[in-house]
Amino acid sequence: MARLESIFKPGGLAFIPYIMAGDPDLDTTRAILTALAQHGADAIEVGIPYGDPLADGPAIAAAGARALANGVTLQKVLALVGEMHASLPPLILFTYYNLVYQFGLPAFARAAADAGAAGVIVPDVSLEEIEPLRLALGAHAIDMPLLVAPSTPPERAARIAEQSGGFIYVVSRLGVTGSGRAPDTEPLRAQIAVLRAATKKPLAVGFGISTREQVDAVRGLADGVIVGSALIDAYAGARGEEAARRVRAYVDGLSASV
Amino acid sequence: MQPDALGYFGEFGGRFVPEVLVAALSELEREIESAFGDPAFWREYESVLAEFVGRPSPVYEARRYAAPASSAKFVVKREDLNHTGAHKINNTVGQALLARRMGKKRLIAETGAGQHGVATATVGAKFGIPVDIYMGAVDVKRQALNVYIMQLLGATVHPVSGGTKTLKDATSEAFREWAARVGDTFYVIGSVVGAHPYPFMVREFQKIIGVEARQQCMERYGKLPSDVVACVGGGSNAAGIFAGFINDPEVRLWGVESAGEGTQTPRTAASLNAGTVGVLHGSRSYVLQTAEGQVRETHSISAGLDYPGVGPEHAFLKESGRARYVSVTDDEAVRAFYEFAKTEGVIPALESAHALAYARTLAAERGPEHLILVNLSGRGDKDIAQIRGLSRPAS
Repeated sequence: MARLESIFKPGGLAFIPYIMAGDPDLDTTRAILTALAQHGADAIEVGIPYGDPLADGPAIAAAGARALANGVTLQKVLALVGEMHASLPPLILFTYYNLVYQFGLPAFARAAADAGAAGVIVPDVSLEEIEPLRLALGAHAIDMPLLVAPSTPPERAARIAEQSGGFIYVVSRLGVTGSGRAPDTEPLRAQIAVLRAATKKPLAVGFGISTREQVDAVRGLADGVIVGSALIDAYAGARGEEAARRVRAYVDGLSASV
Repeated sequence: MQPDALGYFGEFGGRFVPEVLVAALSELEREIESAFGDPAFWREYESVLAEFVGRPSPVYEARRYAAPASSAKFVVKREDLNHTGAHKINNTVGQALLARRMGKKRLIAETGAGQHGVATATVGAKFGIPVDIYMGAVDVKRQALNVYIMQLLGATVHPVSGGTKTLKDATSEAFREWAARVGDTFYVIGSVVGAHPYPFMVREFQKIIGVEARQQCMERYGKLPSDVVACVGGGSNAAGIFAGFINDPEVRLWGVESAGEGTQTPRTAASLNAGTVGVLHGSRSYVLQTAEGQVRETHSISAGLDYPGVGPEHAFLKESGRARYVSVTDDEAVRAFYEFAKTEGVIPALESAHALAYARTLAAERGPEHLILVNLSGRGDKDIAQIRGLSRPAS
């Protein structure tokens, strides 16, 4: 149960990269996952492509479109996770509610558990709608980290923290994912203070993190950092071992969790 | 009916959005509660609709179009006579007044054919609020005239190049833009879709169509219509006219979807007739999607009906049986477009032509004591270039 929580060490900064499964093909994803595991990832978010990703900016939306164009489905991603998870840090599936809903919530939870996923993030399910999915995943000991935005009022942030599993995904700024705009430092600090007062669960900061300086700024503030769009930009256009090489170079430059 | 506390009509609706937007939806919900309970708010809304939009819109009998098949009275509600040429403006006036009341500094909107974009740009100009419009890159090309009109009205039009480059993607992009500037921006959604409270709010702003039409039928004919017919894409004009008759169980309500090339083909936009229950753009409703849950590309000859989702209240009215949802093909709609123009001297929007096509079939089954009310939701000037480009002759 505590698989995700255990990646966070006192005084440390867990590094949680996000990649889009099947971008541009599943063999490339295999190579990238291995590279991330060898270069300091404490957990990996595995995006399952969805055609209408409301929480994502251009980089991740385009990565999803490339994966879909290549015929990648939820089932194929589950198979890939099942095949590789034993040799990787904990894997967190990241996708949108309609895919999970069509699969059937209990069936999805069972399939995710069978594949060895440690967590599931679904960014378009609000707190008010979370219960059925949280219970279905909970029955299989899968954590469901929830997002807190800069616009989330304190009382609601505390309720989200209470329901969140594994860690709390603290969104660094308004808007969607993407490296075009940096975190809003002051509102982020304020939101983290609210959350620290409300919960002892680990906090991981994501959205807009792309540089070593931004990662260093999160160190000491939160317990983990999530990097997605910038990583996807780093390997976009490459395949297989070349993509993995670019991922290693980018991640080493970030020096997260080292 | 009112949605429940979580925004559900039966099992449809709700709030499936990223957390960043939830506070803004709650803020809007509170503002609606205060504004809708404030007579001064409605007085201003009605006065703008009277003086600026030209309401009430008339009803008239389309005798030549209905004949010879029909002995029932065939009555048309003239939303096409509104300023900007469609029912869309009823909603944008309401939302602009709310935005002003909330102190928002900017309006954003999605648009497909450009009608809602023009209606939003119009109220932005009137109330002095800057407007940004998100429009699929394909639609920007297809609807160049409406793009120019929006610009003329002072709005900025942003082409959206993701996905299918049409209304679905423009809507997603408007949501993303709202997420980025949620504090000072008001998202003017153009139909009874989206997360709670949008489907409810937009219906309330379109309800005036049904309220007026009911009163006009009673005054003119001393009775209620036997049937009310409206086209359904997202479903705002239908939701508006239905709302006036929802508590009259003897009035049959008909929503007409676009079958496109047929509801059994992939080239359709009939979400209620050919879709399954899913989540799109913030609410649970019927969606044209694959078995896996990817939203399908849709087709309709009418850009305003070319959308893979439908308002959650319509899904509820379908399930409850209060309204029935049928569909009309591209060819049937085009035939109604030609015939209505030639027999009535009114060029209907291609969207509205779907309702006209079905209503005439229905009229043939009704006796002389019946009255059929059709919502002519918009005028067809915007469709002229497209119709002209069709291979079939105008006669």
